[in-house]
Amino acid sequence: MNISVSPHTLANGLDVLLHEDHACPIVAVNLWYHVGSKNERPGHTGFAHLFEHLMFEGSQHHDRGYFQPLQGAGAALNGSTNADRTNYWEVVPTNALELALWMESDRMGFLLPALTDAKFNNQRDVVLNERRQNYENRPYGLAPMAMLAALFPADHPYHWTTIGEVADLEAARLDEVHAFFRRYYHPANASLTLAGDIDPDEALALARAYFEDIPAGPRVDAVRADAALDREVRLRLEDRVELPRLYVSWLTPAMFAADDAELDLAADLLANGKTSRLYRRLVFEERIATDVSASQNSREMAGFLQVAATAAPGHALGELERAIVEEIERLAAEGPTDAEIERGRVQAEAQFVFRLQTVGGFGGKSDQLNAYNVFLRNPQYFDADLARYTNATAAAVQRVSARHLAHARRVALSVVPRGRTDLALADSIPAVVQ
Amino acid sequence: MKAAPAKAVGKVDRSRLPEPVRGVEHGFPVIEKSRLANGLRVWTIEHPAVPVVTAILLMRRGAASDPLGKEGLAALTVDMLDEGSGSRSAIDMHEALARIGAQFDSDIGSDAAALTVTTLTRFTDRALTLMADLAARPNLADTDFVRVRQLRLHRLAQMRDMPGAVADRTFVKLLYGDHPYGHTPIGDERALASVTVDDVRAFHGAELTPAVSTLIVAGDCDHGEVLRVASEQFESWTPGPAADPSASGAIPHPARLNIIPRPGAPQSELRIGHVAAPRDTPDYHALVAANMVLGGQFVSRINLNLREGKGLTYGARTNFDFRRAPGPFALQASVHTAGTAVAVREAIDEIAAIRGPRPISSEELALGVAALTRGYARNFETADQIARAAMQIALYDLPDDYFARFVPELEAITPAAATAAAARHLNPERLITLAVGDLDAIAPTLASLDLGEPVIIPADTF
Repeated sequence: MNISVSPHTLANGLDVLLHEDHACPIVAVNLWYHVGSKNERPGHTGFAHLFEHLMFEGSQHHDRGYFQPLQGAGAALNGSTNADRTNYWEVVPTNALELALWMESDRMGFLLPALTDAKFNNQRDVVLNERRQNYENRPYGLAPMAMLAALFPADHPYHWTTIGEVADLEAARLDEVHAFFRRYYHPANASLTLAGDIDPDEALALARAYFEDIPAGPRVDAVRADAALDREVRLRLEDRVELPRLYVSWLTPAMFAADDAELDLAADLLANGKTSRLYRRLVFEERIATDVSASQNSREMAGFLQVAATAAPGHALGELERAIVEEIERLAAEGPTDAEIERGRVQAEAQFVFRLQTVGGFGGKSDQLNAYNVFLRNPQYFDADLARYTNATAAAVQRVSARHLAHARRVALSVVPRGRTDLALADSIPAVVQ
Repeated sequence: MKAAPAKAVGKVDRSRLPEPVRGVEHGFPVIEKSRLANGLRVWTIEHPAVPVVTAILLMRRGAASDPLGKEGLAALTVDMLDEGSGSRSAIDMHEALARIGAQFDSDIGSDAAALTVTTLTRFTDRALTLMADLAARPNLADTDFVRVRQLRLHRLAQMRDMPGAVADRTFVKLLYGDHPYGHTPIGDERALASVTVDDVRAFHGAELTPAVSTLIVAGDCDHGEVLRVASEQFESWTPGPAADPSASGAIPHPARLNIIPRPGAPQSELRIGHVAAPRDTPDYHALVAANMVLGGQFVSRINLNLREGKGLTYGARTNFDFRRAPGPFALQASVHTAGTAVAVREAIDEIAAIRGPRPISSEELALGVAALTRGYARNFETADQIARAAMQIALYDLPDDYFARFVPELEAITPAAATAAAARHLNPERLITLAVGDLDAIAPTLASLDLGEPVIIPADTF
């Protein structure tokens, strides 16, 4: 099992990955730029994401909305920004591949001549709406900001969320857009995958025709920053919520680094699904929580494993914390059972195979090939990635739990109803959210 | 299938966009159908691209079957199905699902409920056996009932803080009142508190029966093999009446403008709409096309106006929710508090305009239709997508060639026909507006919109 891929690099540095799959008469065009909110600086947060919005507002040779011609050809399309990368994709019927390449190459090569103050101001308003809708006006919506700010120091680029701070968004200027585009949006900092109903020779010829004349920009050096917690940090946030929720996070290794997959498995057996240890104990047996979840959030430079649980009415967050810490210590001391390891192995295999069903969109084969290529310089990593999970042993999961989780150098964030700071963990101090 | 031949590769012409040549054809695969003695329909659709199967058990009973005063019973019953079977506890059931790497979901709407399992092909038999355990042989034990109902009550408490959920629950009540569509599936706290485990058992026995159900398996599967396992596993499922309930009742006439106060809210959550058309309306395709132009896609009139033109929202959408009985037409958007009245006025104006004052142009219609038809093939890529498509056929008694006919049906719609359908099914005078937002900030300007005095609905009314 693998995703067959033929990788090429054009003279200007653009990586082009080709994958054939003729099951459905569609082609996925998936373009990654290796830039995200980690490339921002304090005082200029939210910029990478705001920029992503501007990529849909037209370019020099098609100075109108990006959606119309593509939707008129039957495409689905979208884009997203996270801390480490920005991706853009179209899924087109086979006959519209050339149109998608025309559109993507025009905004890679010719965005700035079409950019106006009016577009910039409009999309800044849209982003401020997005921020209010998805963070400020959403229960627990500010928790990610408080958590990241506590886990990573102020000069670390994971200190802020991708949506950015309001003051920074309001202060952003059009000339910064120009500098950002020149620095990051060029072929040598991008990876293009064409997957689906393609003839590889024809697809490569089209990619060359549309992209090879776009000049390479300056080399983008990898961002480097360190994070370490030397003690427990206890924070609290008052929010418009009915039930208090506890978030506990530990700093963990980066994506694809040693221990990353084992921590993923540890998170699953702790709190993913009704069979997980914490769900059984907190929700099913003791009934002191209404929900619990855990995830290893691994990123390019570092990761954090987070457990979150919402208290049932009448229960304080201290009870939840005690149970979470006990279960982690038990996992670190005794390791998982053979049944848990076997279950994790089958679930990993199934999740990997499920993803093979779709060529495009977020998480489809084209997106995965770009992830492997951009982060590992190895698009053929699918099998090796799955093997990280299927080869994980009980001893390894126990070891990583002991090393990365069984200690108090963590951030515990209590989100409580306004005026009910008594429900927070003892000795918590107010979190500052920008 | 071969890719279209490349053209103009040597030199790129940026003076105009490449025109896709027409002609990517895609048909829906054949549905093989059988029926068990107890009435259960067993459908399979072969799609062997990847060794994965999706099995859906569709039951044509949903929240519209909740008895008055027991709103939430159907959803609670469906939620109880995975809480143990025979000697196996709820945890055991989920352990069994996890051991085949299954993705398990249960969904419920007004007209139907569905259990979905996606798994690797080699576990198909085990998945179907588990599905039968869930649907036909659930324990429905009292201790599990107490816990599951409590979790739903907690969920309802949490939803009071979610502006979108508050808006959804209140909006259907405004539109439908005591009609079977007048509540969301989760129900409300008072009704759920009155539900007993006996209600759940009775609902399961009388309503969730093989005669109203279809087992749909899509992906890398074989009809004979699925039928063999289904026959063994589902044959003990007790038959029941097959007739669909009629979702009918009086439609109320609420105030045109309603506000739920959310002090200090930075955005207003909006719903604007009224009861519209059923799934079997002859105007179905024309309304689908008209909605694409009005608010059904990014480049629709309403989204381009409110988001790209005025920067009032992250996104605004409209939708006809087609159901067995007439379902709601609704606009939904979260808009900046300061721009709430402008957004409401613009949205209502757009809805009024599309009925005739600014009829659907041939360019707009062509774009909306093309967006739905030219990329049609991508809707049938995964086992899950194919099973869900077949579920639409089973739920609304559509013909087997429904998906094959969708594209020509839509392409036959004229601009005049789309505009006329919008005029028949949208009525600006009847539009009900609900805003969940900062009352002090939005009431004065909303009151100037000529929609009458706003009715203030306390946040904990429903």
